[in-house]
Amino acid sequence: MDEILYEAQRQGRISFYMTHYGEEAMIGSAAALEFQDVVYGQYREAFMLLYRGFTVDDCMNQCFSNALDGGKGRQMPVHYGSKQHNFQTISSPLGTQIPQAAGAAYALKLNGDKQAVTICYFGEGAASEGDFHAGLNMAATLKCPVIFFCRNNGFAISTPSSEQYKGDGIAPRGIGYGIDTVCVDGNDAFAVYNATKAARAIAVSENKPVLIEAMTYRVGHHSTSDDSTKYRDRKEVEERAKFDNPITRLRRHMELKGWWDQQQEDELRKETRKTVLKSFGAAEKKPKPGLQELFNDVYDEVPPALAVQRDELEQLMKKYPEYYTTDEYASSSLK
Amino acid sequence: MSIISKVARRSISIRVSQQKRGYAAGTAQPQDGIQQGVAYSHLLKRGPEDALRNPELAHISAVNGETTKMNLFQAVNDAMSIALATDDNAVVFGEDVSFGGVFRATTGLAEKFGKDRVFNTPLTEQGIAGFAIGMAAVGHTAIAEIQFADYIFPAFDQLVNEAAKYRYRSGNQFNVGGLTVRAPCSAVGHGGHYHSQSPEAFFAHCPGLKIVSPRSPIQAKGLLLASIRDRNPVIFFEPKNLYRAAVEEVPVADYELPLGKAEVLKKGSDVTIVGYGAQMYTLENAIQLAEKKMPGLSCELIDLRTIVPWDVDTVVESVNKTGRLVIAHEAPKSSGMGAEIASTIMERCFLRLEAPIQRVCGWDTPFPLIFEKFYMPSMIRCFDAIKTSVNY
Repeated sequence: MDEILYEAQRQGRISFYMTHYGEEAMIGSAAALEFQDVVYGQYREAFMLLYRGFTVDDCMNQCFSNALDGGKGRQMPVHYGSKQHNFQTISSPLGTQIPQAAGAAYALKLNGDKQAVTICYFGEGAASEGDFHAGLNMAATLKCPVIFFCRNNGFAISTPSSEQYKGDGIAPRGIGYGIDTVCVDGNDAFAVYNATKAARAIAVSENKPVLIEAMTYRVGHHSTSDDSTKYRDRKEVEERAKFDNPITRLRRHMELKGWWDQQQEDELRKETRKTVLKSFGAAEKKPKPGLQELFNDVYDEVPPALAVQRDELEQLMKKYPEYYTTDEYASSSLK
Repeated sequence: MSIISKVARRSISIRVSQQKRGYAAGTAQPQDGIQQGVAYSHLLKRGPEDALRNPELAHISAVNGETTKMNLFQAVNDAMSIALATDDNAVVFGEDVSFGGVFRATTGLAEKFGKDRVFNTPLTEQGIAGFAIGMAAVGHTAIAEIQFADYIFPAFDQLVNEAAKYRYRSGNQFNVGGLTVRAPCSAVGHGGHYHSQSPEAFFAHCPGLKIVSPRSPIQAKGLLLASIRDRNPVIFFEPKNLYRAAVEEVPVADYELPLGKAEVLKKGSDVTIVGYGAQMYTLENAIQLAEKKMPGLSCELIDLRTIVPWDVDTVVESVNKTGRLVIAHEAPKSSGMGAEIASTIMERCFLRLEAPIQRVCGWDTPFPLIFEKFYMPSMIRCFDAIKTSVNY
């Protein structure tokens, strides 16, 4: 999916994309949670959604901003969200999700929802934001059942972690807040799974936060707007991709255990590619959301002054139809 | 073969269907005979003689008339280079500036001036702003970059509560005149909520800050140098859509353009049209359309350039001549800069006004990705406002 959508952006068919290359083992954390656990992501956690049953179609619809996008086409691609899957909608600003996750966890605790926690993903770069300090400190002092999960992938766009912090990564900071912390090999799917499972157990039984720092490497560019060859050595990336590839590691393990073989690998790849391409083709053809979605949901109801603006646009569209082609949209009605 | 090159080279054998929507840049078809967009704009000075004919640049053409072709990010880069070269206490910092920045505005500066003076910071806008204030407070020149104007809000407290009040609260014992904050702003076609905002109005409401926004490379270089050297904290909003699209022959000399002074781009007698930043090109096209559809109509176009403090006298003088005013900006209509300009002009020109002041702005919604074309104060909306004003 990453490959096809990245290419699609290059071809001008979607406007933007972010890949997960190098960080695939993070799916271990998804497997360790329960479905009712609330997820706050940053933007590189589609694995969590896919694990929970968000389909490739759902991803495609969002990336193509079509009428089936739960977000109604308002945000850039990869800004997924799904109430059904307990995955809070992604926003671009970094770190803002951290105190939100603490608050959501606190609410779950008050609910007597003893069996649900929140998990909050962020990168080592976002951990430099003030919201990180606020979120962790509040989670600790207010005893919130939240798992803070840092994907330390070595880069914040062009900024290497050596310029992001001078301490020993993000994990030591947890200690400073009085938070139980573990640092794991982020490219080992089982390690990630085990750490998350243990963290969840602590969060749920003791109603307190846990910090996991998962060490990994961002093999891909930051996004389709980035060319990482401008600031790092191609050879370094190739070596990391070859010698510490999370997918390869898991596959080799499964092969050794006799759970997997090359034939299954080939079949899965073929099937997946077919699924993704089919989904891609379908999503591209679907209409965009109806134009009324421009004005809806700013508030729970459209306030009078905004309704006036909506009417103004409606008048303009009637007056200058050649300037307002609406064929792409599910409906040209604004109401 | 690396994963990256593998991805780049393997072409997906998807049947390339009739593409109704493409995000790759393409030439737009003329509508109503108007070729829209920056590439066709007459506002840009594409020849050296054009550039130097500007009365504001008269002083440099005598000394050094050399110009070179630059786009907006190159002009910004040039301004910072000159600032760093002429002021030993000047530094440039922000996220990712070292390798050149996500918009290439800081390309080559670290190599030229050293890692002590051009450097990456950790990912923290509140930190960047506070740090910049501290440097300026002890007399240095801090040129800070916020990666996108949409991310300036963590810095709001530092800028509004600290930078803006630094001189006043200290009885003029201290000031942060050396502070300049640069940020790419405004729509880019696919930026959605968080890569398209124009947040000038939030800061315009705060006494103590200056806000500047250039429409072109020549303007960007001169205004940025003026902003850096101005003895007040300045927020410099660079319309990101213009970084590559706007290209001019820019004087290579060290020059400044005046802050607080609007520029009349086109003289006219029937209606005054005011904007800033990327909106100037939309307004240019709207005027072309209006003067075509209403022969004999003569529109006056004004670029504020400095949003705070804006050049009230120039706009008043113009409206006293024309009796009509249209203001346009991408930022949402309610409580935007248009509201402030409209109120002031209403006060100053009440009896002269022949029509209600028109504001063409973004709607009062977050900036919507797929509906961007319906959200923006487009050429046709601006044309419609001109028509309404003139026919009132």
